Amino acid sequence: MLLQTPLKKEDLLKLEVGDAVYISGEIITARDAAHMRILEFFERGEEIPFELNCSVIYHCGPIIKKNHEFKVISAGPTTSARMNPMTPKILEKVDCLAIVGKGGMSDEVVEALKGKGVYLAYPGGAGALAAKAIKKVRAVYWEDLGMPEAVWVFEVENFGPCIVGIDAKGNSIYKKVEKVVEENFKKLKSRL
Amino acid sequence: MVSREDVVEGVKKILLEAETKLSDDVIEAIRRAYEEEEGYAKKILKAILENVEYSSKNKIPMCQDTGIPVFFVELGRELSLDFNLYDAIREGVVEATKEIPLRPNAVHPITRKNSGDNTGMHMPLISVEIVEGDRMKIAVMPKGAGSENVSALKMLLPSQVNEIKKFVVEVVKNAGGKPCPPIFIGVGIGSTFDGAAKLAKKALLRNVTEMNEFELEILNAVNELGIGAGGLGGKYTALAVLVEMGHCHTASLPVAVNIQCWANRRAWVELR
Repeated sequence: MLLQTPLKKEDLLKLEVGDAVYISGEIITARDAAHMRILEFFERGEEIPFELNCSVIYHCGPIIKKNHEFKVISAGPTTSARMNPMTPKILEKVDCLAIVGKGGMSDEVVEALKGKGVYLAYPGGAGALAAKAIKKVRAVYWEDLGMPEAVWVFEVENFGPCIVGIDAKGNSIYKKVEKVVEENFKKLKSRL
Repeated sequence: MVSREDVVEGVKKILLEAETKLSDDVIEAIRRAYEEEEGYAKKILKAILENVEYSSKNKIPMCQDTGIPVFFVELGRELSLDFNLYDAIREGVVEATKEIPLRPNAVHPITRKNSGDNTGMHMPLISVEIVEGDRMKIAVMPKGAGSENVSALKMLLPSQVNEIKKFVVEVVKNAGGKPCPPIFIGVGIGSTFDGAAKLAKKALLRNVTEMNEFELEILNAVNELGIGAGGLGGKYTALAVLVEMGHCHTASLPVAVNIQCWANRRAWVELR
């Protein structure tokens, strides 16, 4: 399935864990420092300089080469769990949202995504493949945070495969896997 | 005679190689898992293999986290150097960062200010070992944070030899999908607090398709967890367990587990 930005809420609500999707349009990178700054803006009641509503947030710290224009060299996902504490507060402010990252997110995020959006898993470490689907850098914000932590707005075409890891109904592949892994670990522990 | 330029150029060459290509043993381990895996995990492994093929063909870093530069140098005792080896390696890192390019990852630990060129206090990390002969062998292992962050060290008691396997499995369980599984696991057993960590990291330089019985036993146990590629569930949570040991104090048993993502990037150059 292809998701086109700006996202439509009804499309996101239809997605189920395990679905494979591709994204065309615009994705916005944000990791630790950008999330913290977004929350600072919210606290001061200020507008952030880019549109998050019904957008795609990409947990990514890319490699960008700057000649006369920006070129994306490698841009795979970073570990999403680091953004767990900040994400519910961002979800409060939007109607709908898709988050792309790797490794899954917490129960609090699963709860906050209900009725609003999805978490999509991009293959971790596949940075060269991701860069291939990024056609252009549309804008960059907060460059003072450094190359990995700045907010990059990418134009993408068929960005994927992204696997729905958390859907808008409270289902999470990661939660399911975690349960199985805990049970397997208990069995292993008594034997090892 | 090894010149300063040999070292600078050699460092640039192995950084480019490590960042853009995987060695044959690592590719073989990933491919084997891909062939036997199913479901979401197979999709992830397919993307990983496509990614590596694309990155090596186009000479671009396979992962945007180009890591921090970790070097292991074997220095032949017959060599005499008329330059500062540490400075030469550092220069290679600075130039490679610009030319490849690499992501500038090195920051001050407290202010978090980025140095911009992957160097800084004690950065790059360089271990030098004096060996027989007249050659210098430099190995580089760019180490990403996703896997480094979930690594762990425990000072076990001498009575807990049987707990070693359990500890390794527990570290992998806690890491879950965060370190980009399927992972490679370096384990250092014995030595000292710092020595065990060094052994664990150095173990990751070994050929990943050659494991002894003890290592295979741990690998099988880890893979019973079911975390799978990308943490989405599957048979292959890890592709290899590599153990290095050192004698330790009679009263201690340090165990270090250094997790490495599927991108077990390393490359070597020999200079003479």
